[in-house]
Amino acid sequence: MSTENDPRAGAAGASGPAGKDDITVGSLNRFNKTRSRRSKFLRRFAAHKLAITGGTILTFVALVAIFGPMLTGSPTAVDAANRLQGPSADHWFGTDNYGRDVLARVVEGARVSLLVGAITALLTSIFGLAIGLYAAYNRVADAILMRISDGLMAFPGILLAIAIMAALGQHSTNVVIALTIVFTPYVARIVRSSALVVKEQTFIEALHAQGASRSRIIWINMAPNVLSPMIVQATFVFADSIITEAALSFLGAGVPPPAPSWGNMLLDGKTVIYNAWWMTLFPGLFIMATILAINLLGDGLRDLLDPTYKGKGATGRKKRKAAKKAAEAAAAQREKEAVGGTQPVVPAQATRAAEFETTSRRPEGQ
Amino acid sequence: MAGYLLQRALALVPVLAVVSVVTFGLIYFMPGDAAATMLGPEATQEQIEALRESLGLNDPIWVQFWSWLTAAVTGDLGTSIFMNRPVTEVLMDALGPTIHLAIQAQLLAIIIGVPAGILAARKQGTGTDQTVMVGALMGISVPSFLLGLFLMLLFGVILGWLPVAGYRPIEDGIGESLQYLALPTIALGAMQAALIARMTRTAMLDTFSKNYMKTAKAKGLKDRVSLYKHALRNASLPIITTIGQTLGTLVAGAAVVETVFNIPGIGQLIVNSVERRDVVVIQGVVLMIAVSYVLINFLVDILYSVLDPRVRFTGGDS
Repeated sequence: MSTENDPRAGAAGASGPAGKDDITVGSLNRFNKTRSRRSKFLRRFAAHKLAITGGTILTFVALVAIFGPMLTGSPTAVDAANRLQGPSADHWFGTDNYGRDVLARVVEGARVSLLVGAITALLTSIFGLAIGLYAAYNRVADAILMRISDGLMAFPGILLAIAIMAALGQHSTNVVIALTIVFTPYVARIVRSSALVVKEQTFIEALHAQGASRSRIIWINMAPNVLSPMIVQATFVFADSIITEAALSFLGAGVPPPAPSWGNMLLDGKTVIYNAWWMTLFPGLFIMATILAINLLGDGLRDLLDPTYKGKGATGRKKRKAAKKAAEAAAAQREKEAVGGTQPVVPAQATRAAEFETTSRRPEGQ
Repeated sequence: MAGYLLQRALALVPVLAVVSVVTFGLIYFMPGDAAATMLGPEATQEQIEALRESLGLNDPIWVQFWSWLTAAVTGDLGTSIFMNRPVTEVLMDALGPTIHLAIQAQLLAIIIGVPAGILAARKQGTGTDQTVMVGALMGISVPSFLLGLFLMLLFGVILGWLPVAGYRPIEDGIGESLQYLALPTIALGAMQAALIARMTRTAMLDTFSKNYMKTAKAKGLKDRVSLYKHALRNASLPIITTIGQTLGTLVAGAAVVETVFNIPGIGQLIVNSVERRDVVVIQGVVLMIAVSYVLINFLVDILYSVLDPRVRFTGGDS
């Protein structure tokens, strides 16, 4: 785990050097605590079986994506003599309708999928953080930005992505642009709702009284406190972007051939599904495993970054159950509230968001 | 009630405004000259100029937006460049199979998702609960088009039980229609069922902790009665919301699943239009689905307040 995944470490790091004259944050104290906290986080992470499973699978796929292309042949080398060959010692995953090695293409496709997913997750985090924080800070900005995000969220994600791709044209970069437009509102909403809570804290009031500048408060004092819900949401954006990219490419509106992506491999596979099951099965299994891994990891991170989570053990389990129950009750409440206002949200995200929001409102370490 | 309705209706205005601006803006996302891109490299200068004129691309942007918006409100979504037919007409032709598939998948999802969620909630923390929840996580992790391909491979290609492509409307006989739509329905319904199961479980657990459930138990009410009469009834509102809110996603999902099974619906229309860069058609599809999504949510809101009067008084300004 790098420090990026531990918002408390990030928070201490951010306020460390600048915090000498900062009487409210207690930076020295936090700095000393960081190390023990981080190892506690790692210990809890190690105890979380599902998150570990997810992390392991994802690491495997990532290693395949990074080092795989060095071991396999070219993913685009056409071999007309060996078209549609089943799995064999030479071609573990068989060959496709141009005689290209399916394994090499799956491996290269992993690179494309993970890269698109990761860049989208990064970009949506940056934009979502900025938009969410400013919206929480400024009422006028809030009204405008949130109405825009409501409007964007009224489009089913995949449909908006297709429409943008149709306008921009088929290109990997355009896929990332389309996905970033589609998913940024979801991150912004989560950041905003956490930031609204942070904004009410006494230390922010104290900073105002001290005359701290707006950007200092937003970026140095508020931002670190909304990182953990944002990271969890970014994990889900990562998974959703991989799914959406695959769907786009499958529909012929994503990564253009001949470059392989899991989605366009499935499109190729569909036309010869009667002759070559391997062209559908292998890329499909990779998509499934990757998405499941990220979802498990995301669920795990949500539990771990949640201050009410107390780890396992006889009493711990009971506590956790109680906490979970409370979180679920609150989640249901949030759902109801969401209905009270017209917030058109994609439910998967809404539920996740609601589940998380209720448990993550307490800013860490304050 | 009237005040509440008005308030809800007013809240739609900014959302619809953003939806229309984004949809209208799609044509401006196109790199270079939109008309030239849409017509492709073989088009002559005169053709491009004619299209620019007919799309109104030479007018100031506000004029364009206004004429596009007023036309759209009256149901005129422009003319498909490739098919040379009104977009509204093309849409109506393609809508049937998509709606059919979406409704069937929704029914399947309700039939599976609600009981599964209730079961998981009743057996909270046990193996049954975990099985249902892991199943739901799997359901959310497998994109519907991929599940469709896998089902096609297993039941269509390997076992040969069901047809892998095509569509028969109900008028051709329910049996035949079901045969053709069975796999797409399962593919689309699975994720939906998973979402509904998760929501049902959460909502049921929420009601279990309420005092009226304790009262029911204290007065010796049978578990079955208190479960269905008190718990489920109160939990039904968030469940209905989930179902309503997912309709838009479901229609979009249906469009993707359709292309897997070669069903001639909205999905096919989108794919063909993307290939031809017929952005006018795409604008029409996107606008229609987004607007119906917003309106369905509005109706669910209203339904909600009819079913639960408390919403009108407390939830109005959230």
